[in-house]
Amino acid sequence: MVTNQASMKRNGIQDWVSLRATAIIIALYSFYIAFVFFTAPTLTYPIWQGIFASLFMKVFTFAALVSIMLHVRIGLWQVLTDYVKPAGLRAGIQYVLNLIAFAYVAVGLFVLWGV
Amino acid sequence: MQLNFSIYRYNPEIDDAPRMQEYSLEVEEGQDMMVLDALIALKETDPTLSFRRSCREGVCGSDGMNMNGKNGLACITPLSALGKGKIIVRPLPGLPVVRDLVVDMTQFYTQYEKIKPFLINDDNHPPSREFIQMPEERAKLDGLYECILCACCSSSCPSFWWNPDKFIGPAGLLHAYRFLIDSRDTATDERLNDLDDAFSVFRCHGIMNCVSVCPKGLNPTKAIGQIKSMLLQRAV
Repeated sequence: MVTNQASMKRNGIQDWVSLRATAIIIALYSFYIAFVFFTAPTLTYPIWQGIFASLFMKVFTFAALVSIMLHVRIGLWQVLTDYVKPAGLRAGIQYVLNLIAFAYVAVGLFVLWGV
Repeated sequence: MQLNFSIYRYNPEIDDAPRMQEYSLEVEEGQDMMVLDALIALKETDPTLSFRRSCREGVCGSDGMNMNGKNGLACITPLSALGKGKIIVRPLPGLPVVRDLVVDMTQFYTQYEKIKPFLINDDNHPPSREFIQMPEERAKLDGLYECILCACCSSSCPSFWWNPDKFIGPAGLLHAYRFLIDSRDTATDERLNDLDDAFSVFRCHGIMNCVSVCPKGLNPTKAIGQIKSMLLQRAV
């Protein structure tokens, strides 16, 4: 009933599922990192490096970063369409925020690469 | 005993801006009454005070308003339920004010119209007398058909405040589910097609203000969840 053109061709069901799917990964990652912080007696650089040296942790971290980017993309589109009504301004803010979300992924990828 | 009220006043023909007007009402010690009865008594002294009311017993849904920050029907909200302090009465939030506590419900009804709130049956052989339902099919309509369209829920929903032109709102969606789940309705697919976009249903983020204010004790959030899962099941 609301035309696709009015919502940047966003698909309600796909967004709804994607938000939840990415939220699960982000939540699991947050719990895991919290677990690491609370269980390690002292968190030195070698220990920290050791955690991220495993392939599993690299993939998990990258998956979490990509999930955050997708989650941000959908979530902020929803927030911005609620609160920012002028289309040009909204498009501008969305562009900048999406770029920042992408930058997080890119920086995270290079950091993981270096470990 | 003196009861104090602060009531939203705005007459666009005279006033530049809305204001809150103080009123007080003398009642017998220990006497309780509904907010609507108090408003009617106040109108005796100030006939310019405007509000809608009709059945005065929670059936017609005319006197939805915001009392001490919560939407409800004035006719079934006792003053005692609003605490001991001053009672603040405002019109339903988010809808344009026509005058004082009277709001323009066009946006609300436009969304209601969109969901085709009537039974659609394109069966070539309709029964000659009545549509028979099994008791369990009929039971599915409980908790849905009771809605009186008072707009307390939709006007308490932030998603409806921000997108009243695109989001159907809890009342409309409760009715949409009432027809989606009706065994006699054959337009389920068309109805779901109409709701399948990023705004009509999916602007509901489940904050449940609708459930908290519904004067009939209904649960629009649950109905919206059912519509979402119907849309999802169709898509996968």
